[in-house]
Amino acid sequence: MSELEGIYTIWLREIIRFWRDKSRIISSLVQPLLFLVVFGGGFSFVRLGGLNYQTFLFPGIVVMSLVGVSIASGVSVIWDREFGFLKEILVAPVSRTSIFIGKALGGCTTALIQGLIILSLSFLIGIPISPLSFLVSIGLMAIISLGLVSIGLIIASLIETFESFGVIMNFIIFPLIFLSGAFFPLQEAPEWLKIISFVNPLTYGVEAIRFVIIGFSSISFSISLTVISVFSLTVILLGGIAFNRQK
Amino acid sequence: MKKIKNIVMNIVETFNLTKEFNGIVAVNNVNLKIKEGEIFGLLGPNGAGKTTFISMLCTLLKPTRGTAKVNGFDIVKQQNEVRKSIGIVFQDPSLDNRLTGRENLEMHAGLYGVPKSERKKRIDEVLKLVGLYERARELVRNYSGGMKRRLEIARALIHYPKVLFLDEPTLGLDPQTREHIWEYIKKLAERERITILLTTHYMEEADALCDRVAIMDYGEIKVLDTPENLKNSLEGDVLSLEVKNPKIFVEKIKKLDSIKKIHVAENRISMTVKNAEKLAPKVLDFARKNKIPVSSISIRKPSLGDVFLHYTGREIREETGEPKEMMKRRMRRF
Repeated sequence: MSELEGIYTIWLREIIRFWRDKSRIISSLVQPLLFLVVFGGGFSFVRLGGLNYQTFLFPGIVVMSLVGVSIASGVSVIWDREFGFLKEILVAPVSRTSIFIGKALGGCTTALIQGLIILSLSFLIGIPISPLSFLVSIGLMAIISLGLVSIGLIIASLIETFESFGVIMNFIIFPLIFLSGAFFPLQEAPEWLKIISFVNPLTYGVEAIRFVIIGFSSISFSISLTVISVFSLTVILLGGIAFNRQK
Repeated sequence: MKKIKNIVMNIVETFNLTKEFNGIVAVNNVNLKIKEGEIFGLLGPNGAGKTTFISMLCTLLKPTRGTAKVNGFDIVKQQNEVRKSIGIVFQDPSLDNRLTGRENLEMHAGLYGVPKSERKKRIDEVLKLVGLYERARELVRNYSGGMKRRLEIARALIHYPKVLFLDEPTLGLDPQTREHIWEYIKKLAERERITILLTTHYMEEADALCDRVAIMDYGEIKVLDTPENLKNSLEGDVLSLEVKNPKIFVEKIKKLDSIKKIHVAENRISMTVKNAEKLAPKVLDFARKNKIPVSSISIRKPSLGDVFLHYTGREIREETGEPKEMMKRRMRRF
């Protein structure tokens, strides 16, 4: 009971902090939107399997909107450590696992809010999504962002100071997104790029969501779903272990 | 007359508590008993091991050897029970600056499982105790240093802890704010009937607040008693002189047998002596005969600083540097 309450408390803190920082919400929406409008507009002459480029791009943008927010919220533990608040949490009669779960669910919720805002734009740019696809997409987004938050938490437990924060964000977030097939169809890509993309777990997240939203994919949905689920589960477990071990 | 309890419970008891970091001993075989209801002070310079000691008691650090009991619970085997029994104010700030004062307290109540029905009442109560009731809706980032510290004290009390740990509660605060905090600490000791263990390197703080003081240096407890007894234990007054050539002077004055202990810091010589009033003129005569000019002389009752000097042979310096830095500096001495 008190563990549940601890999880809820830590989750709530993430939500309050997210909600209070309106500029962060806006700034993390701007980037995916820019890609959607500029790339989608600029490449509007491209047709892919009967779809216009913007429609093809859209599911990738949805996933992109999750990545930054999710990883950042995991890595934010470094801030908590730096500003001392982590001690207050660590000395409370709540297990590390519960702290981890609260943190992961909090990050996941904030990422979902961002993702849902982008997903809702589908109606604006004329991509019809059935209620069922919409629900399944939310489920997939939750799986993906839980995994990403865990990656953030693992990074946070590995590095000591927040000076390296920017480096990590650039070295992890951008490659993760660019090599995920979010911007181009994988079957058309050169071999080397294909290989890298197939190693990138996020590729399977993009593929799964793309299949659900627009019915287009380079990898079969069952494979995508399996890979992304197994991957998320694995990093959640690893993140939990790393969080339990950190000082 | 007050009824005397038959058994005075030891709310904190340590058994050969030891902590080593890579072979460097930070806390060395400490055996300490803290009685229920007292304000207990751990006095020592930065790097003496006070924070490490407290970190073990509040279960943030595992002891290398030995253990301790807090409120009857073992700090290694019964972590959760220990955590529920204690409140702690860390040396460094540990508030969420982006939440309001009240939100910080609500978080704490949630983490410690304070029943929902009691929460609001209890939070109001502790806010009033530290005089922050009116400002509770502001973001903590807009608080002053003193207000933050008071909020942390309030927060540590929410879940009715039996023991309150205060690690350098007034570090980095200006003297006026410091005295304010002292008032709050005294008030809450009275009202909340709580045992307080505080660490400090300010001797006036230990003197003003504590029922008993343990002097800690290099991870060991050197001496433990009431501030009064500690000062009396020097059996004398402190006679200080400022001279040009302290070395020569000390060599010669050592021969006077009424001087119990001499300590030299730069040009100042501090001597623990009996009957300082009578001795002072003799010392001055002595100096004149040996042609050593004395630029000032003073007599005072011993302070806890003198007690520290007496038991450790060093002055307790009021450094305000980074504790990590101090630890490093201390390690270099090994």
